[in-house]
Amino acid sequence: MATLKDATAIAGIGQTAFAKRLPESEKTLACRAIMAALDDAGIAPSEVDGFASYTMEETDEVEVAKAIGAGDVTFFSKVGYGGGGSCATLAHLAAAVATGQASVGVAWRSRKRGSGPRPWKNTAVQLPTPAQWTRPYGLLRPADEIGMLARRYMHTYGATRDHLFNVALACRNRANQNPDAIMYERPLTREMYMTSRWISEPLCLYDNCLETDGALACVIVSAERARDCRRRPVYLHSVAQGLPAQHHGMVNYWNDDPLAGPAWTAARQLWKHADFGPDDVHVAQIYDAFTPLVPLSLEGYGFCGRGEGGAFTEGGALEIGGRLPLNTGGGGLSEAYVHGFNLITEGVKQLRGTSTAQVPDAATCLVTAGEGVPTSAVLLRS
Amino acid sequence: MTDSLLLPVPDEDGAPFWEYAARGELRVQACAAPACGALRFPPRPCCPHCGSFASTWRETSGRGRVWSYVVPHPPLLPAYAEQAPYNAVLVELVDAPHIRLAGNVVVSADAPLNSVDPARLRIGAPVRAVFCPAGPDGSVTLVRWLLER
Repeated sequence: MATLKDATAIAGIGQTAFAKRLPESEKTLACRAIMAALDDAGIAPSEVDGFASYTMEETDEVEVAKAIGAGDVTFFSKVGYGGGGSCATLAHLAAAVATGQASVGVAWRSRKRGSGPRPWKNTAVQLPTPAQWTRPYGLLRPADEIGMLARRYMHTYGATRDHLFNVALACRNRANQNPDAIMYERPLTREMYMTSRWISEPLCLYDNCLETDGALACVIVSAERARDCRRRPVYLHSVAQGLPAQHHGMVNYWNDDPLAGPAWTAARQLWKHADFGPDDVHVAQIYDAFTPLVPLSLEGYGFCGRGEGGAFTEGGALEIGGRLPLNTGGGGLSEAYVHGFNLITEGVKQLRGTSTAQVPDAATCLVTAGEGVPTSAVLLRS
Repeated sequence: MTDSLLLPVPDEDGAPFWEYAARGELRVQACAAPACGALRFPPRPCCPHCGSFASTWRETSGRGRVWSYVVPHPPLLPAYAEQAPYNAVLVELVDAPHIRLAGNVVVSADAPLNSVDPARLRIGAPVRAVFCPAGPDGSVTLVRWLLER
């Protein structure tokens, strides 16, 4: 059977500034991030012949391709389910490049979620199924929908707010080392966390990701080509998407085991095609729109057993020098929330040895997309 | 009930649920194949267990237990912000524990969203369904929940 293992690599990454409000349009930000990524790789825009992004991305391939001066484009793909699609953009390009459908692929996400509208305020697009079953009762926002699972998780397994704080703190500590992070100069204390305002009990302000304007991109080429590029290649060792049986999206309330979400499905596929396992992962970038997604993902991707995700965060496990350094750029909680794309670029920085919170000799990195929705993940190696 | 809260917008599969609710019945879609009969929620065109497109709507006792709950605080849509903090619960049906209905625990069928002190809520608390006409002309009936003593 053909395999994608190490067949392709990330040759370039690019990003804009991150801020609550950036003056430029999403389209301009997308172009800036993509041009930066191509420059990082040392590849001319005219060589780009593949694109992948999210269905929620509002700048389409036509606009991007003609603005950056791409040539004939022969592969383009969009992945659904919001932040669940982040790593899948890489997976689609890896498949396209490995099978000759394209030779230079660009994945990107540009979003003005800081200064733009909150998606949950648009009730017109949210009322069809399954919204008829949830929104009239005031489950309006992702924080409400995930909060429901979070409380059940805490009740079932004895996880505590201190465990969620451990996640928020690890991300904030890394952001405090990263000048590009929105929370670079804003330390977090346990007292701040425990006394902050509620968003949807049991989730408080610091359990929620940032609202950010910004854009990021990366360039994917064959492993062979990547070795001739400007930067050290970061190989796509294994890729996976995950939509479990009887899954219901963010309101995954109607199957036998709602707390075993898409991470479990993606993980089985990811590890099946990998030469190493969870114990060999040196650093992880785990999707953190909400803190409880991290313990759930730690379980799903096999770093600990069912119900052990909260306890896993104890003793500085997620800090530099801990068992599994997490979200080393600050993540969605404290660097920027751009649907998880900054987790991908931070994974690349770690394996290049250029992170602002570098894990010594990091050679393997897990990057995950949004848990709680149809998801995706990649294993990177240097 | 204030009418500015969001109302269910039923789709083709979900419409019977709301029609039964308007009659004060809590019914759940069930496979109508004689050898199957599996309950499913949310409603959908065919049975994920046996593939049959034949379905019926089975009455339930309307009794349940709180599976989990949240207490949303602003920022929220204005009509919800006015009543925040309020509870939103997920109730597992006693008759079919894998079927869980979202709703609100209230002191009476037409009471505000915030009519029960969240401190009184517990996972596992027994509740029973009540029905509340809503919308401009009572066009749709919401299922809500009362704590059982």
